[in-house]
Amino acid sequence: MHIIRTVKFTIPLILFVIIIGFLWHGLKVNPGMIPSPLISQPAPEFKLPQLFYPNETTSNDDFIGHITLFNVWATWCNICIEENDFLLKLTNIENLRIMGLNYKDDVALAKQWLHEHGNPYHVVAVDSSGNTGIDWGVYGTPETFIIDKKGIIRYKHIGPINAAIWEKTLYPIIVQLRNETL
Amino acid sequence: MKKFFILICLLVMYQHGIASEDYYTFNSHEKQQRFESLLSQLRCLVCQNQTLADSNAPLAEDLRNQIYLKINAGQSDKNITEYLVSRYGNFILYRPPFDKATLVLWCGPFIIFLFSMIYLFHCIHNKTKIN
Repeated sequence: MHIIRTVKFTIPLILFVIIIGFLWHGLKVNPGMIPSPLISQPAPEFKLPQLFYPNETTSNDDFIGHITLFNVWATWCNICIEENDFLLKLTNIENLRIMGLNYKDDVALAKQWLHEHGNPYHVVAVDSSGNTGIDWGVYGTPETFIIDKKGIIRYKHIGPINAAIWEKTLYPIIVQLRNETL
Repeated sequence: MKKFFILICLLVMYQHGIASEDYYTFNSHEKQQRFESLLSQLRCLVCQNQTLADSNAPLAEDLRNQIYLKINAGQSDKNITEYLVSRYGNFILYRPPFDKATLVLWCGPFIIFLFSMIYLFHCIHNKTKIN
């Protein structure tokens, strides 16, 4: 009889703890961070005009042999200004190229924006229609993909990059990718 | 009462105004229906509690355009859904598929139901025994 009473008391307690566990977890999960199914996949194919050289194009081939930060930005994205400040500090990092995808933007405004705030990009691809963005699973700006020397997406960061995120998460990945051979 | 009536009218008109499917024309009724049904099953990733049919977000508009073009290009519903899932993940589906990650989600209610039933019968059994 004593055992039954203990069981009757513990079962609701266990259920309670499980429910609290789920709710607690729910508090910490950010529904804005949607995991990308493109991780470990070859970067989706694209061929887009360059912002500063409209007669020239840039494509996936430009990923081969370099580690690339593929940064999706726009002039209508206010946090991109803050992020741009930080990206400017990354331009001299060994084996790293920063490629920009100017997403659903006005070309003249984009050029002026980079002139005003500084240009951290090795090359900027122009995606006026946003179709390349959809192909890459972009749903907001800024978003940044890390692409390895073979052109495979290895990581996706949603939201602006800052010093803390760079040091804790992104830079260690870059170091790891550096050691990989082509 | 009159004010309330006007409010209801305005709400109905507003709903009608944002019915996005109106902007898209198809050469067959079947395609139109497929378009509407796809949009109602897909989630807008920007405003996550709205379907692609309901959302006014620019991305939802772009995705509606893509789906429109793909339907007119003769792609099947399965092809279109697979394309979007390969880009945005299962998150874009309002009805998530049955896999490892959703096992608890799909089976949980049945397991809870089963245990509740066992407990209920256990209680009834005990009561009748005492009586």
